[in-house]
Amino acid sequence: MRDKINLKSLLDAVNVPADWVGIREVYESNTPRMIRDGIPVSNGHYSTHGVMVEVLVNGQFGYFGTPDISKKGIEEASNKAYFQAKAASKYALHRFTDEVRPKSAGKYSSEFEKDLRDISAKDINIMLLDACNALKVSDKIVSASSLANVIETNFHFVSSNGSDVVQDFLMLEFDLSATAVDGANQQTRTFGGMRGTCRQTGREFLDNIEILAQANKIGNQAIELLSADETPTGEMDIVIAPDQMMLQIHESIGHALEVDRILGDERNYAGWSFVKLEDFGKMQYGSKHMNITFDPTVSSEFASYAFDDGGLKAEREYLIKDGLLVRGLGGKESQVRSGLEGVANFRASSWNRAPIDRMANINLEPGESSFDEIIGSVEKGIYVESNRSWSIDDYRNKFQFGCEYGKMIENGKLTKTIKNPNYRGISNPFWNSLKMVGNGDTYGIYGTPNCGKGEPNQVIRVGHASPLCLFENIQVFGGA
Amino acid sequence: MENQFKTISKTLFSLINKDEVLTVSLTGEKSQFIRLNNAKIRQTGLVNDTDINLKMISNGTTCTGSFTLSGNDSFDLGRAKSEIERMRTESSQILKDPYVTMPSESGSSHEIKRSNGLSFENAVDAIMPSIQGVDFVGILSNGRMFRGNANSLGQEHWFETESFSLDYSLVAKNHQMVKGTFAGTDWNQNNFEQYLDQSKKKLKMMELNPVKIDTGNYKTWFEPAAVSDFINMFSWNGISEASIQQGCSGFGRMRNENIKLSAKFSISEDFSLGLVPKFNSNGEVSVERVPIISSGELKNTLVSSRTASEYGQVSNYAEPSEHLRSPSMAPGELNQNDILNEIDRGLYLSNIHYLNWSDNPKGRITGLTRYACFWVESGEIVGPIDTMRFDDSFYNYFGDSLLQVGKETEFIPSTSTYGNREMGGTTCPGILADSFALTL
Repeated sequence: MRDKINLKSLLDAVNVPADWVGIREVYESNTPRMIRDGIPVSNGHYSTHGVMVEVLVNGQFGYFGTPDISKKGIEEASNKAYFQAKAASKYALHRFTDEVRPKSAGKYSSEFEKDLRDISAKDINIMLLDACNALKVSDKIVSASSLANVIETNFHFVSSNGSDVVQDFLMLEFDLSATAVDGANQQTRTFGGMRGTCRQTGREFLDNIEILAQANKIGNQAIELLSADETPTGEMDIVIAPDQMMLQIHESIGHALEVDRILGDERNYAGWSFVKLEDFGKMQYGSKHMNITFDPTVSSEFASYAFDDGGLKAEREYLIKDGLLVRGLGGKESQVRSGLEGVANFRASSWNRAPIDRMANINLEPGESSFDEIIGSVEKGIYVESNRSWSIDDYRNKFQFGCEYGKMIENGKLTKTIKNPNYRGISNPFWNSLKMVGNGDTYGIYGTPNCGKGEPNQVIRVGHASPLCLFENIQVFGGA
Repeated sequence: MENQFKTISKTLFSLINKDEVLTVSLTGEKSQFIRLNNAKIRQTGLVNDTDINLKMISNGTTCTGSFTLSGNDSFDLGRAKSEIERMRTESSQILKDPYVTMPSESGSSHEIKRSNGLSFENAVDAIMPSIQGVDFVGILSNGRMFRGNANSLGQEHWFETESFSLDYSLVAKNHQMVKGTFAGTDWNQNNFEQYLDQSKKKLKMMELNPVKIDTGNYKTWFEPAAVSDFINMFSWNGISEASIQQGCSGFGRMRNENIKLSAKFSISEDFSLGLVPKFNSNGEVSVERVPIISSGELKNTLVSSRTASEYGQVSNYAEPSEHLRSPSMAPGELNQNDILNEIDRGLYLSNIHYLNWSDNPKGRITGLTRYACFWVESGEIVGPIDTMRFDDSFYNYFGDSLLQVGKETEFIPSTSTYGNREMGGTTCPGILADSFALTL
């Protein structure tokens, strides 16, 4: 349980001649429960609670992350943050003002109907056990698991220029997984790939998905893959389901458009970008069917919020409109450094890390085509679902992704199941090969709890929603 | 910090019932981070962060919890008591675990490493003047780290160390880069400046005209940093006994089909360097050296006590996640001065990037070249290559294609700071492979 802190009163404990002071408090708890092969392997409750005191001195920010939320603790933290900022200011990369921490006030709460925290440990264990048993459709399923992780995050930000933002999040990660083995042939099928099923939601999400039916389907598809043909090698059309589009958007659009990357901050870790500052407003990032939004306003999506961690109000913006690159993922600091318009995406993983440019919800907007129209337009190609392997270079150019499950498309029809479907390409030409975009009926909302970036490193949650998409003439291939 | 840990753990042990067993562990740090871009300071700050982790075994169940240690004893004790109560309640609600692993009382340890590190106050002045005049980007991570473990059966461990890591890239005007990691426990200004000079010299080589190469198979030398990245992949659906049992391991072919790697390839879990604690999060103490692959043959997997119980194996006190904590690969015979001649025509890869299994059962890993990677002709470096994607199996480059192993090993420190600063790293030489597949 979170301990209540009067954060505004703690601002008075700061006694340094800084140009600006902010205190950002974060409490977060994760309650993961997991059943594997009929036995409980996780029943935990992990919490973290602390504040980041941030000061601005001679145009340089300095911070101190501390779990000591007493007046004495805040006083010490502000003194040390001040020293850090002052010592660093003679080598400041950019001289900031409090313009990059705009005054803001407001509240946000995740929308839900029934509180996830009301489900007892016993009830979740039983639900997960039933799901685990339903996954095991055959003796060839050597391992089956079901997972539910309930996440509660409370955020409070106050500052010397009058900000007071309170945001409360309630989230769920849910997964089902079955691994089938027949000799050297191993195949794993999950519920959306790589923990892709994650939302801001309540218990109604668990009530609404037919968990046992899904578990049975996943188990059967893992068995089906054991006898499936290998994915053919060659250049052909590929139809990508929303749970794989999630990663395609994340890696080859989201990271590439982070303005701090373009400005070089990440060159020693996550990398640079093929996008340059001068490309905004000019680069044809993809085909005319491509419309990408930064949208923290979708109520159930994983990374929705009302303000970023610097206090900037979060609003929906087009990043790519009709294929043209129009806006980057840059918070206020990146906006003043680059001179570009941006979005409210200055986010930190917790109280012990400083905010940087991150994705939030980055979505591909629906088009006009139905599922049948898209499949029907393909003479020869493959259809793929659910990510299992991902890799892209440090400029976000050359990617290779692997999926759990595939089908051949022949003469406009889905035919046989194929295993080990992989594809590779280069981001800009790949997105320009986007031929058809599915309508709202093909739309799926996913996300990832494990987006890594930053020095020191930070893992953050992001959401991605997309319809079904068709790309033409892509390199596809199977297993070794 | 140690006293805080002792106080809270002893108090909690006094609160548990006779039929309950409690393990308390601590992960903490007092760190400084200075983030750099273009030889200027982008962000800087300090972080004090300590987590207490609890594991209660009771009523045939295992419940776990954690909370942040605030430093206020009564406040922290309140949090801890609340967690104990929560776990006690849940233990009567959740499913029984037939493979509950009780902790043992297998001895205690106490290790505090003192060093003459880089003080937080002096860090800016020690680093910044030396890096001017070059496009320098990276991060200094600096300070003390703490690990503690105690259980209600009487076992106690404490490990405390101080270290710094300046992990950086130098960037040439043509965007080619050189990677460096100056890390250690005792700061020596001369050693730092000499290390940096070596990086600057290497950067000059990056100004050679880039070479475009086609996809295909090439004879390839991998520097130790690149080999380290391959070895790190073994900790993810590789060397874990549970992964093998659950059908999710690239090591299955070695176990089930008796496939062997090259006789030149040997790797072990080796705690003799003393850079990480020998005790795991359950307080269990590993032997100093666990051979994993010896002369190409799989000798041991990493087996946690829980996996041992579930699958009828013998535990070697691996962490529950069964990842390598202190891997060490044996050196070979290839002298550093002979590497280019031995390549003759092929690739010299200093670093690789963004690895992932592309076909886990077959051991196939995809990733990309990064930093100082060169094309070699007639035993001489021609120029840096553009970024290339590879997709090949470790059964190839650690197997039949492994021509030679470098005579010198390097310690590649872990620079990961996800959640908290990691300790330790990988000790390994470089390798020369006869064939390595570039695909894009």
